Amino acid sequence: MPRTHMAESIAPAVQSAAAPILSVRELKTYFHLPEGIVRAVDGVSFDVHPGRTIGIVGESGCGKSITARSILGIVDRPGRIESGEIWLGGADGQSGPVDVVSLAPNGAQMRAIRGKEIALIFQEPMSSFSHYYTVGNQIMEAIREHSDASKQEAHARAIELLRTVGIPQPERRVEEYPFQLSGGLRQRVMIAMALACDPRVLIADEPTTALDVTTQAQILDLLGGLQEQRGLALILITHDMGVIAEMADDVVVMYLGRAVEKGSVNDIFHAPKHPYTRALLRSIPSITGAPRTKLATLGGSIPHPFNRPAGCPFHPRCPDVMAGVCDSAVPPVLAEGHGREVSCFLYGGKP
Amino acid sequence: MNVLEVVNLRKHFPIRRGFLRRTVGQVKAVDGVSFHIRKGETLALVGESGCGKTTVSRCILRALSPTSGEIRFTVDGKQVDLAGLSKRELKRYRRHMQMVFQDPFSSLNPRMGIADIIGEPLLVNGMRRVEERRKRVAELLDMVQLPRAFRNRFPHAFSGGQRQRIGIARALALNPSLIVADEPVSALDVSVQAQILNLMLDLQDRLGLTYLFVAHDLSVVKHVSDRVAVMYVGRIVEVADTRALYESPKHPYTEALLSAVPKPDPRLAGERVILEREVADPGRPPPGCHFHPRCRYAQERCRIEAPPLEQVGENRWVSCHRARELSLRGVG
Repeated sequence: MPRTHMAESIAPAVQSAAAPILSVRELKTYFHLPEGIVRAVDGVSFDVHPGRTIGIVGESGCGKSITARSILGIVDRPGRIESGEIWLGGADGQSGPVDVVSLAPNGAQMRAIRGKEIALIFQEPMSSFSHYYTVGNQIMEAIREHSDASKQEAHARAIELLRTVGIPQPERRVEEYPFQLSGGLRQRVMIAMALACDPRVLIADEPTTALDVTTQAQILDLLGGLQEQRGLALILITHDMGVIAEMADDVVVMYLGRAVEKGSVNDIFHAPKHPYTRALLRSIPSITGAPRTKLATLGGSIPHPFNRPAGCPFHPRCPDVMAGVCDSAVPPVLAEGHGREVSCFLYGGKP
Repeated sequence: MNVLEVVNLRKHFPIRRGFLRRTVGQVKAVDGVSFHIRKGETLALVGESGCGKTTVSRCILRALSPTSGEIRFTVDGKQVDLAGLSKRELKRYRRHMQMVFQDPFSSLNPRMGIADIIGEPLLVNGMRRVEERRKRVAELLDMVQLPRAFRNRFPHAFSGGQRQRIGIARALALNPSLIVADEPVSALDVSVQAQILNLMLDLQDRLGLTYLFVAHDLSVVKHVSDRVAVMYVGRIVEVADTRALYESPKHPYTEALLSAVPKPDPRLAGERVILEREVADPGRPPPGCHFHPRCRYAQERCRIEAPPLEQVGENRWVSCHRARELSLRGVG
């Protein structure tokens, strides 16, 4: 089933007027290590809307996964959310939004949200399953944690979920152990488990990175289809610009803990503003490029988190760096309308 | 001139079961693979995990002994069949074939300074004089664009991209006739990936290197290779010049593979060939063409008879009964 970009036909203004289901505001998550503080996420804001996909893209160490873990309140020690707000809209608009950050990470309220309202699928399905329980048992556990379903009901629902995610012979597979499944099937089971409690927000952290391209295509197709059927808000975290281009409606580009640019997928790919976004797009090898051609490169490499550059974190690698400006202060976030934001002195702001 | 000719290479692994570890079957990881690599060119070997591409490269380097077949390697104008040589006889030829590994973090000894890492192959192959080695290491560091001042540092002080440069310098140390690079950039960040790919292209132009580039990423492969061989479940299904293969694939698997790659352009999103089911188990491959259960063009014949790899044009071989009649979709 080809994925249709329903959202594109709706005017962006209408979309942004609709209340977001999740609003991340000025999120800062730091790790306090003996060697110093690592600012894994350093002031990131974005909105997530029902039925839309927001892609968070960046290279290793940019803070994209920690952003996801912060939303779920599962940041490992010594990391913690320093400041910021993460507002989750009330179910069915009956209750008001809750600030997830204000909840105790292991409290009853947070546990009711995790898995039920917001679910997560990981990159490597093998390490996120238990080896000692059948996949059915693991899905049933997720169902029974959040509902009063009996064992039989949960079992029937587990089979139904496996069928939903396109697993052949679900009645048989439900009794199998994760190690008996291929990578693609395991990722489908992971998705089935995430859907067990009908979440409103699904966070997919590199869901296809460990998979082969043809399997990746199957899984992306499945995610797109499920989103359309269920009106899921999808947060897709990846380093792969190709996956972003195919799946996302809106994009947040991150570099060293900061959102350097935000915009619709078309804006980001066809009119990128931030020098990092531009360099990233130029440097990716494209399957439509000419054979044996040099790629544009971005000099240097991502700095170690302890050696975070002063000012704009990208300035030592930036082709458009302005001496005395970019190295002296962090550029402000400039709103450019229609949800477009860029954080760069080239477009305004003064140190 | 061909640096390497692989003829009908097979590598079967026994499946053992039970207390007596009796052999109950064979995993035909590589099942009759033939190709050649010309001097100065890059041949990419692509396919999904489990297709046998890494086993092929390990057989060529004789890290694995092939079950049957020939590996004809040309050194100093003479051709030798590596498949038949003993470990001792192989020693003479090992220096002419070098490997660049996927993971720059585990392929460098953390206790050795980089001058020693790069200089080790020189020492092992008889360059005893310290001064001579130092000179050559400095040259190699220049080639891979690392400052000479880094020579005394240890691997942990380097980023992934820099470590891959060290790995390349080590591979170049003995002026090898063939470099086998197995997924050399797949562990790197995209911005660093481009630097390493450019370096590999540069070095090839300057030194006339010959690469066997084993990779799963078709976008990366397109940027570096002259020709591409596509593998599926232990067999080569298509070999062609890079541009021809991408623009007009002749094998349905190549078409599906190209179509599955996410294109970094939102305007191109949407139309994908989604392959049904999963890759066949090489321990129990389907009869006939291994790809037929997933092929949307499969006919009765494909289920019974395995298609041979046949030449269908200049530089072009395809293993498909319907290669001549099908018109398949490629990418720009």
